[in-house]
Amino acid sequence: MPTYSASDAVPFGAVGPAGELGLFRQLHVSASGLAAGLAWLAFGMSCLWWPDIGDWPRTEGVAITAFIIAAGIVLATTTAKWLGRAGAGLQQRAPWLLALGLFLTLWEVATAKFGWLPLPFFPPPQSIVEVYTDDLPKLLDSVLASVKLQLGGYFIGAAAGFLTGVSIGWSRGVGYWVHPVLRFIGPLPATAWLPIAFFTFPSSWSASTFLIALATGFPVTVLTWSGVASVSSAYYDVARTLGAKPSFLVLKVAIPAALPHVFVGLFMGLGSSFAVLVVAEMIGVKAGLGWYLQWAQGWAAYANMYAALIVMSLLCSGAITLLFKVRDHLLVWQKGVVKW
Amino acid sequence: MVALALAEQALSIAAGASLEIDGVSHAFDIDGKVLPVLDDVSIKVAPGEFVALLGPSGCGKSTLLRLVAGLEPPRAGSLREDGVPITGPNPSRVVVFQDPTLFPWRHVWNNVALGLEAQGILKSQRHRVDAAIELVGLSTFRNAFPHQLSGGMAQRVALARALVNDPKILVLDEPLGKLDSLTRITMQAELVSLWQRSGFTALLVTHDVEEALFLANRVIVFSDRPAKIKADIVVDRPYPRHRGDAHLAELRRHILGLLGLDATW
Ligand SMILES: Nc1ncnc2c1ncn2[C@@H]1O[C@H](COP(=O)(O)OP(=O)(O)O)[C@@H](O)[C@H]1O
Ligand SMILES: [Mg+2]
Repeated sequence: MPTYSASDAVPFGAVGPAGELGLFRQLHVSASGLAAGLAWLAFGMSCLWWPDIGDWPRTEGVAITAFIIAAGIVLATTTAKWLGRAGAGLQQRAPWLLALGLFLTLWEVATAKFGWLPLPFFPPPQSIVEVYTDDLPKLLDSVLASVKLQLGGYFIGAAAGFLTGVSIGWSRGVGYWVHPVLRFIGPLPATAWLPIAFFTFPSSWSASTFLIALATGFPVTVLTWSGVASVSSAYYDVARTLGAKPSFLVLKVAIPAALPHVFVGLFMGLGSSFAVLVVAEMIGVKAGLGWYLQWAQGWAAYANMYAALIVMSLLCSGAITLLFKVRDHLLVWQKGVVKW
Repeated sequence: MVALALAEQALSIAAGASLEIDGVSHAFDIDGKVLPVLDDVSIKVAPGEFVALLGPSGCGKSTLLRLVAGLEPPRAGSLREDGVPITGPNPSRVVVFQDPTLFPWRHVWNNVALGLEAQGILKSQRHRVDAAIELVGLSTFRNAFPHQLSGGMAQRVALARALVNDPKILVLDEPLGKLDSLTRITMQAELVSLWQRSGFTALLVTHDVEEALFLANRVIVFSDRPAKIKADIVVDRPYPRHRGDAHLAELRRHILGLLGLDATW
């Protein structure tokens, strides 16, 4: 290897005589893996070394978990060779694990041990862990409610937006009627409808579904439309000379050609629908993670808020990742697409 | 060779149709002004004939091909295929455009299958797609995406996509114009042998006088826009032709003269 990097392997059994240390020769302690393990060890030690300045029952449990993770990291990076792709992935992420371990150590010391950060607002790691262990049922209920609401609204909005976009892009007549409505209503933030929606819809759930669908539908409509409108006429010429009927031109030419645009709309719609979801849950729905946040704020339960925020960000990130996966699957024919 | 013969058998390309272009004039409206593009063009093409169209760039050759394909109706005059007026596109008249315009979201196989799929007969005719791909020598690339092909390969796919429909008239709009000269020479030879074996009628637009003389039975030379027929030259030489043929060289000089390029020759 001509260059040196932090993750370069240090031969472990190189000094010993051959034969005796045959097996150890296979083991390579990676510098970055070892460092990451030490960082997590430090985190665990920092939990135990000083006394807590508050009353947190999970401190010991967190410390033990940190030790286990530290051991796991060192063991896994040392045997990475035999772990195949998972091992290689771990090896590659070792610097991140190191940073995370250091961050947690600092966080622990700054909150639970010396109180450098003002306390109720900056809870220590163990109090957030405590939320996950002790308030799990409520948190899970909230997750379920949020996911259900989000999925329903998003799919309705995406489907409606896609169909509207294709219709406007394809038919002048539809465009004549829908375009002005779209221009008038579309740019309005969906949350502006909130007060009216909660009055006029039979339930807060249907009102929120409508709002999420609205927030999703607008960008999907506009981008699908522009995608269909920008399909090169050469594609239509080719298809027509080969005997294509209008339905073929829509389904097999216009839509696949517009799909890259459609996905841009789907991504934008996902982003704005998250915002609407949280606001709708905070104001009207009385369930879901947005409501959980609101509730936690009411009780000044800051650890619960951080715990909910972490879950929320995992869910949103997961949704985006999933959409990227779908896109990569459907648009394999594109060159050089962005990796998430 | 056996595979190729089988491939052709499977395609069973229909014999050519006659084409009559009768007093056709066409124009475009640009900014409220009328731009005349074709001026009283009449051409009769016999079944199985190979006719090349030559003319200055922008004179209206592609427009004439679009009318033949039925993508647009002419402003005046009429076009007939085997005596039947042309009123719209039909897979018996297939166009190979200058750009391959393959659908980037479809594999090579699915691009070639496009016509059969559009006509709703793909299910029973899948072997014809295989045969057409075989014919242009791209069997190993049947599952490639268009962006993975070279320019010459993409143009071959476009050719296969046209041939799979058993066209009676093959309309070629500078199909080799963007290829490098080596690929072009190879594909010219392939085009001739394909045409000879299958018997379709061919209408080829090219800007390459040598290519026209190498391929066609007849070369029609157009004037500047609006395109009028300047000359209709019969190329009475047997195939395969040789590029050094003295008669062809003579014709080449004559045609370049018609195009106003004799001084540069
Ligand atoms: N769809 C169109 N609308 C307006 N003008 C066009 C259109 N298509 C072609 N033209 C014009 O018609 C003329 C002939 O074009 P074309 O038939 O493509 O020429 P070429 O002989 O080079 O193939 C050009 O001046 C071009 O600008
Ligand atoms: Mg042209």
